[in-house]
Amino acid sequence: MNASIDSSDRQPSAEDAALARIVRREAGPIVAQLQHRLGNFEVAEEAVQEAIVIALRTWRRDGVPANPGGWLSLAARRRAIDLMRKRSREVPLAVEWDTEPAAGTWSGQRTGDERLPMLFGCCHPALSVEARLALTLRAVVGMTTQQIASAFLVPEATMAQRLVRAKRKITRAGIPFTIPASADLAPRLDDVLTVIYLSYNAGYLEPSVAGRELSDDDIWLAELVARAMPREAEGWGLLALLTFLSSRTQSRFDDQGRLVLLEDQDRARWDGVAISRADGYLATAAALGHPGRFQLQAAIAGCHGNARSWAETDWLQIVTLYDLLLRFDSSPVIRLNHAIALSHLSGPEAALAEVDQIADRLSGYHLLHATRAQLLTALGDHAAARAANERALALTHNPAEQQLLRARLGSDLLN
Amino acid sequence: MKYVLMYTNRPDLDAAVPEERRAEVYQAIYGWFEKHGHVMADGGAELQGPETATTVKYGSNGGEPVVVDGPFSEAKENVGGFSIIDVPDLDAAIAVVKEWPSLQYPGVAVEIRPIVDHSGGM
Repeated sequence: MNASIDSSDRQPSAEDAALARIVRREAGPIVAQLQHRLGNFEVAEEAVQEAIVIALRTWRRDGVPANPGGWLSLAARRRAIDLMRKRSREVPLAVEWDTEPAAGTWSGQRTGDERLPMLFGCCHPALSVEARLALTLRAVVGMTTQQIASAFLVPEATMAQRLVRAKRKITRAGIPFTIPASADLAPRLDDVLTVIYLSYNAGYLEPSVAGRELSDDDIWLAELVARAMPREAEGWGLLALLTFLSSRTQSRFDDQGRLVLLEDQDRARWDGVAISRADGYLATAAALGHPGRFQLQAAIAGCHGNARSWAETDWLQIVTLYDLLLRFDSSPVIRLNHAIALSHLSGPEAALAEVDQIADRLSGYHLLHATRAQLLTALGDHAAARAANERALALTHNPAEQQLLRARLGSDLLN
Repeated sequence: MKYVLMYTNRPDLDAAVPEERRAEVYQAIYGWFEKHGHVMADGGAELQGPETATTVKYGSNGGEPVVVDGPFSEAKENVGGFSIIDVPDLDAAIAVVKEWPSLQYPGVAVEIRPIVDHSGGM
């Protein structure tokens, strides 16, 4: 862990997680409203961020106030007025007039929709993908820079700089905070959903508290989008996918924090309530009649989630779903997953042939080599399998995955 | 907000476009300027080819500026012209640019740059 990440005096506690949840509920709408009234996203976002840092400190000491939304909104407006004055700008009356404590009603008029235009702005294609991720987590979810840096394992200063650059680009390039017109909605919504999905991927293989909280935040975001745009099938698709994946959180790591593969997981520990909720989201998506890559990935995750045991997995269904998915997303990573599914249906030889076709394009991806290693082991070529495992180990930075690969290399020696 | 649109192309790839197609594209470009005439601000220009360019560069060691033949950048991309548009935001600028007829040819790109506003706004 980077020293600057844990510079705050104490370890995150359950109480902090509860505070973070309150902030998450309140922060996004306040940024949206403040941005609307000031006409300046940089100041609005900065003000709310400062208010969050003050709130977390004060609430830890004095407890959470009766109206946390009103508290945060008031603190944010005070910070905004300071920031505007510091930049010697006029403070719009709309911000100044109601700085009374009773103005908690300010955040009372919120609807899900006002966070949505902000989400589309933060996930704008004119920003780099890293910037989209960071900005979304800060402005929409209300995470602090320190929390984001710790979830993505980068120094806090690096993350702070990334955020400053992104906000400057938004202001200077005139990136709008609007829900795109219907002609552009599908690709822009895909950008938003991709950011949420990437953020989830960053968190879900982390056994740490920060990783788990990030995953919770991403599911919350996916639900926000799905409920605000209920006619968009892919929104429900992503929510279903993340909910299926999260149903296995308890069994993904063993007591020592080691990664447990799907095949070896204790299915009794899967969250059945989450699985049936995810089934419901997927049914909602399917009823809209617009298939897409997130729905298909959710359907695949659902095949695993609803199989009573590894042996009862419906590989024919899964391979068929991957065939469909490849029509929407023919990226090599999807082809790799298709090959893995195929190995269970048609054997390691067919799968290895497919993996070798994409080997050039994924030569830097550890899971390509880990998959080749498994297929080669199944085919009895232990020397080549060992080389592939070593290659995979050299390429992954995730400690849990490293441990698993080391164990495989160890057991290989016994063969 | 005002943006400069810089139309770039790859002369090496343009050579592959047949003459009659080129005439069609010119026609489409006239149509495009007509359609978006209301957002065009100030002047714009179509530029002569990169072979006509002259660049004046910083002269090292405090010497006189140096005059050289050719464009400032050695990149394969060539700036073929520019326009200045005045639209509400970046999405509006992107919508205009997406209809630029030459974008159906490989190597063609349009860079959108906001103009620095000295009037006191952000």
